[in-house]
Order: sequence, then structure tokens, then C-alpha cells
Amino acid sequence: MGATSEQVESLVRREYQHGFVTDIENETVPPGLNEDVVRLISAKKNEPQWMLDWRLEAYRNWLKMTPPSWAQVKHPEIDFQSISYYSAPKSKDDGPKSLDEVDPRLLETYEKLGIPLEEQKMLAGVAVDAVFDSVSVATTFREKLSEVGVIFCSISEALKDYPELVRQYIGSVVPENDNYFAALNSAVFSDGSFVYIPKGVRCPMELSTYFRINAQNTGQFERTLIVAEEGSYVSYLEGCTAPKRDENQLHAAVVELVAMTDAEIKYSTVQNWYPGDEDGRGGIYNFVTKRGECRGDRSKIAWTQVETGSAITWKYPSCVLKGDYSVGEFYSVALTSNHQQADTGTKMIHVGRNTTSTIIAKGISAMQGEQAYRGLVRFGKGAENARNYTQCDSLLVGDRCGAHTFPYIEAMNPTAKVEHEASTSKIGEDQLFYCKQRGISEEDAVSMIVNGFCKEVMKELPMEFAVEAQKLLGISLEGAVG
Amino acid sequence: MLEIRDLHVSVEGKPILNGITMDVKKGEVHAIMGPNGSGKSTLSHVLAGREGYEVTSGTITYEGKDLLEMEAEERARDGIFLAFQYPVEIPGVNNSYFLKAAVNAGRTHRGEEELDAVAFMKLVREKMKLVDLKDDLMKRAVNEGFSGGEKKRNEIFQMALLEPRLALLDETDSGLDIDALKIVADGVNALRTDERAIVMVTHYQRLLNYIVPDHVHVLAAGRIIKSGDRSLALELEERGYGWVLEQEAAA
Repeated sequence: MGATSEQVESLVRREYQHGFVTDIENETVPPGLNEDVVRLISAKKNEPQWMLDWRLEAYRNWLKMTPPSWAQVKHPEIDFQSISYYSAPKSKDDGPKSLDEVDPRLLETYEKLGIPLEEQKMLAGVAVDAVFDSVSVATTFREKLSEVGVIFCSISEALKDYPELVRQYIGSVVPENDNYFAALNSAVFSDGSFVYIPKGVRCPMELSTYFRINAQNTGQFERTLIVAEEGSYVSYLEGCTAPKRDENQLHAAVVELVAMTDAEIKYSTVQNWYPGDEDGRGGIYNFVTKRGECRGDRSKIAWTQVETGSAITWKYPSCVLKGDYSVGEFYSVALTSNHQQADTGTKMIHVGRNTTSTIIAKGISAMQGEQAYRGLVRFGKGAENARNYTQCDSLLVGDRCGAHTFPYIEAMNPTAKVEHEASTSKIGEDQLFYCKQRGISEEDAVSMIVNGFCKEVMKELPMEFAVEAQKLLGISLEGAVG
Repeated sequence: MLEIRDLHVSVEGKPILNGITMDVKKGEVHAIMGPNGSGKSTLSHVLAGREGYEVTSGTITYEGKDLLEMEAEERARDGIFLAFQYPVEIPGVNNSYFLKAAVNAGRTHRGEEELDAVAFMKLVREKMKLVDLKDDLMKRAVNEGFSGGEKKRNEIFQMALLEPRLALLDETDSGLDIDALKIVADGVNALRTDERAIVMVTHYQRLLNYIVPDHVHVLAAGRIIKSGDRSLALELEERGYGWVLEQEAAA
């Protein structure tokens, strides 16, 4: 069936749609990393002394660490001294106060990506905090949010306006010496989002941030911190695209979530960074540390991700379930095509009693894409009656791709219950023929089959995001019928 | 409507069909019978355009067109329907979504407007009655978790929806108990019209008690060795395939 798999491959082989570069003057520090660069970044942002001290502590720890080698990915060694660690679009002395003040070319860039801010404002009440390179350029709906006491701003702003809140929580979930890339991020993080939901508040809209890597050779080091106080709820959406480039770009973000008693955080991601060309040249290296802590009883954190981009993805959104009866969920679709590599999964750390976690991971490999699911489910001594359900499914398109599953389970409490299901399937010639015999084109058939395979995860995404996610997968939304 | 001339087909270099010639006219029902391995399913797959079959010689003409030049989906849109012996499961793909895509692919091909959700559901309700299927089947994934009988009925239901001009039924009776067989056969009979041709492939005569064919062909070793009317099928049931094979060998 060689011919068939080639035909399927040609459908999967799609040109990256978002490859263009916006010509904007950047204020960029020369490549290289040392303590002075860390001091410079902190000074640029007028950060308090404690923040600088923390960054320096992280930098010194990072120097002693070595890059992890256990992941199922291959890439040339990263030269950290060839990367520039700070870049900001030039703007007037004061930051823009409204969209009118934003560089029109930036807005144009977003429009090319199909995410015009104006439209976003009108659509479904989504507040947008757009990160262009390293500095937030536009924040909307702030007023509406502040009415209910929700803080949604860039980390830089939060450090100015709410330093004590940031100080209380930053690094409390992902310590500055957590791992190699988290330490690097802690030392040089440029910007990111800060969200604070006060006690008892249900955030009145979905919060959304679009990240975009633009300046050449500029590593992006976002830092996101979301705190949900007792009994509050927030849904946060993160979506990413990047312009076409030949150099590999390093991306090492840290996301920290804190959910107090009875609080719930839903964090959804659609990631579509440049994956490199058909020969594997270029593309983003994406090394991310995402972790949420269910600190209070009955709290809940759910991660949903659709990963279609990047040359390399190294990412394990995790939940630390400290509160009794707390709940952790992880829903993931990862698609690797051409020479993309993804090593992704999750960690569910059960600490409290009666904690439950659910993991649904769907991997799609096409062309010569390689991916691994790597998951850890750990039950601590005190995790009485904790439960986990894990389901890992892989779908192979063609016969040159690969899928690997590495589930780890550590149980230190005998009452723990674990269920694990795993499957690997191919888009079968019989499935394609069945669709075609009903008059459905091969292209639509592949979309349909892939869409069906991902359904359990897609339904976890907020509606407007699901649409974008499906667009990224090149598949059409299942109709409203039925 | 369908003319097959001296059709030779190989799979992975191994000859399976060795010179099939037959004509099917509008409104006719043909039954192709034969022992296991005689090439019955191969014939239906070749007609439907499945990949992996090499036509080494011969021609197939469908409504004046060279069928072998058409892709499987083109044949489907042009009125050829195959009811599968083993209907394929497509996990996560909603049955009604799948069928709507199929129906609209055909409509677009014929230059008709696509059906909207409401019109489609109306059509579905009407056609479902034909094979006694329940509404909830439409909400499930294509063939996933369907019982054997449900799968076969779903095939005939799809045939009713797509209204083909040439329907190929591949071992539609296999795996059905007598009640399910009756339902399926009633469905097919309701779909017999003067415009529609049906070619049934079956191992057993049983199905032909319910769907009475106009012509019966016996396939053995990739060739049609005997053709006749319905009485041939009855004789086969009584005497088995042995005597036809012997007759053929003696000839």
C-alpha cells in the first residue's frame, strides 16, 4: 500500500501558513548570557530588588545544571551564548493605552494570523493580552475585569502594581532551580501574563493571550502566573504562531497555576509555532515547564493542549494534587509531521486524600514525525484512595513515523487505584476506502478520521478555541447535526 | 449499464479473476455465487475501485464510461454503492456527520444544493424506517460498537440514503440471523426499482429466497462457469458446488 501512504502524506504535507516577518525596529541586547544581562533585563523593567536577586539566584543555579538528555528528541546542542535574551518592539516612552496607540504593523501581523484584536474584542467577550516578542502591547477588557476584582496584566506590570502578590506566588509552584530550562527562564524571563482571581469570583470571560515570536535570534522566555483564590473560577486560553525562519529559535516558558480551596483553573493551549521545513530545517525549540498546584481541598486544574507546531516540543503540564479531593486533568493532542519531534505528557502528583486525575493523550504522527508520551502518576504516602485514569492513543499516518509511550507509575500508598489504557492505530486503508466509497474525498476522509481520533480532547476546549484548533489540524468541525 | 469484458485481475502478482464477462442492465438483480476463494469479493471491490487490485486486462464500462479510469470516490458520486461485507469502524466520527458528508458529496456532484441539517435529518428519519434502525444510531460513531446486524442494516440504510444506480452487496447476508436477514432483505426489496441495478455476492442461496434475483452466476477460480435464472441457485443449494465444477472440468 505504498501508494496509499504517499497520497496520505501529500495531504498532511501542508505549507506553514504563518511564515512572514514583521519589519519593526527592535531594541535588542547583543547575544550572550551573563549576570550583567540578567541585571540589564531587570533594570529595563524597573523591577524590585528581590526580583533581581531571585533572577540571579536562578542564573547561578542554571550555571551548575546540565541540559536534560532523557527526552526522546534529537537536536544539535544549543549555544546559549548565541541567543539574545531581550528584545522589545520600540514604542513611545509610555506604553500604548489603547489599540489606537499600538503600532499598526503589529496589528497587521495579528490580522494575517487571523486573530485581529478588534474582532477578538467583539467575539464572545474574550480579553486579549497580546505578547509580541517580549513586551505586552495591548490589553483589553481590563476595566470589565477590574469591576469584579480580577487582575489580568503582564507580569512586568504586575511587578509594578502588585509586587507583593507576585512575590507571594512566583516560584511557589515551579521553583527557580526546578529544572534546566525553568532555571534559565527564571533568570531571564522577559514577560508573560499575570492573572489573579479573588475569592469567590467567577471570571466573567475567557482570558486569552497570543504569543508570537518575531525578532530573529531572540529566545522567548514567558512567565505566566495564575492564582485562583478560594471558590473562584477562571478559564485561560493561550495560542501561539510564529513567523517562518531558518534559525532554530529557543523557547523556554514557565507557567505556574495555583488553585486554592474549591477553586478551578482551566488552562487551554493551541500551539502552532513554526515546525521547520520539509527537510527539518529551522523551527522552534520549545522547552516548557507548566505546572499547577491544587493547593486547597476540592480544587481543580485542567490542562488542555493542542500541539501542532515547533520542531521540538518538550512539555509536561503537570498537577500537584495537595488538597484533599482535588482533581487534576490533562487532555492533549499532539501532531508531529515532517521532521517534528515531540516528547510530551504530564505528571500527576497525588499528595492529598481522595485525589483524582485523568489523562487523555492523543498523538498523531505523520511523514517522519516522532513523538513520545511520557507520563508520571505518583501516589504519595498520604494519598489515601487516590485514583488515576490514563488513556494514551497514537495514530500513525504512513509508515515512516513513530510513536512511543513511557508511562511511569509510583505508588507509595496501597489504596491507590490506577487504570491505564493505550492503543496505537494507523489510518487504515480500509477506513479511507470506506469513506471514498461513500463519495467522500481522501482529503476530507483523513480530516474526518483525525478529527474523530481527537474528539475527546477537542470537546474540552472552549468553543472559539476548538475552531482554531481544528483549523490548525486542517480538519473541519463536525457538523451541528446529531 | 454495466459491461464487464474479459476482466483479469491480480493481487500482488497472483491472478484472482481470470476473464470475467457479464452484462448488467437497469432494473436487474444479479446474484454472483461461488465457493470461498472464487473471487466474488474481489469482483465487488474492483467494481468499487479499491486500491491494491491490478487489472491486467479487460474492460469495465459503466453507463458508457470507462470505469477503470475513475477514482473510488468518483464512482461513488456517480451512483455506485458497495454494501461492505465487513463495514469499517471509524472511531469518534459521528454517524450522521459522516452520512451527511456522503449525501452532500453526491448532491454536489450532481449539481444539486447541499442539504442543510434539518432537511438531512428529515431524510434520515424517512430512510431509517426502511431497515428498522433507531435514532440513537445516528449519534454514535460510524459502525463503532454496532452489533453485526446493526452494521449490515446500516449499510442498507446508507444505500437508501445515497440512492445509487448500481448497488453491490458483498455477502450482505453473512453473520445475520433469520430475523435480521428478513429486515435487510425487505430493505433491499423496497429499493428495487426499474432504474436501479443490484449485484449481490453471496456464498449461500438463503439470501436469494428473500431477494429474488433475475440472473444467477456461478464464479469459480476467477471465472463465471455457469449462468442461469433463479432455479440455478436452488439447484446449487440442493447439490452444492461440486457438480458445476465437474461439469466445467468435463467441458
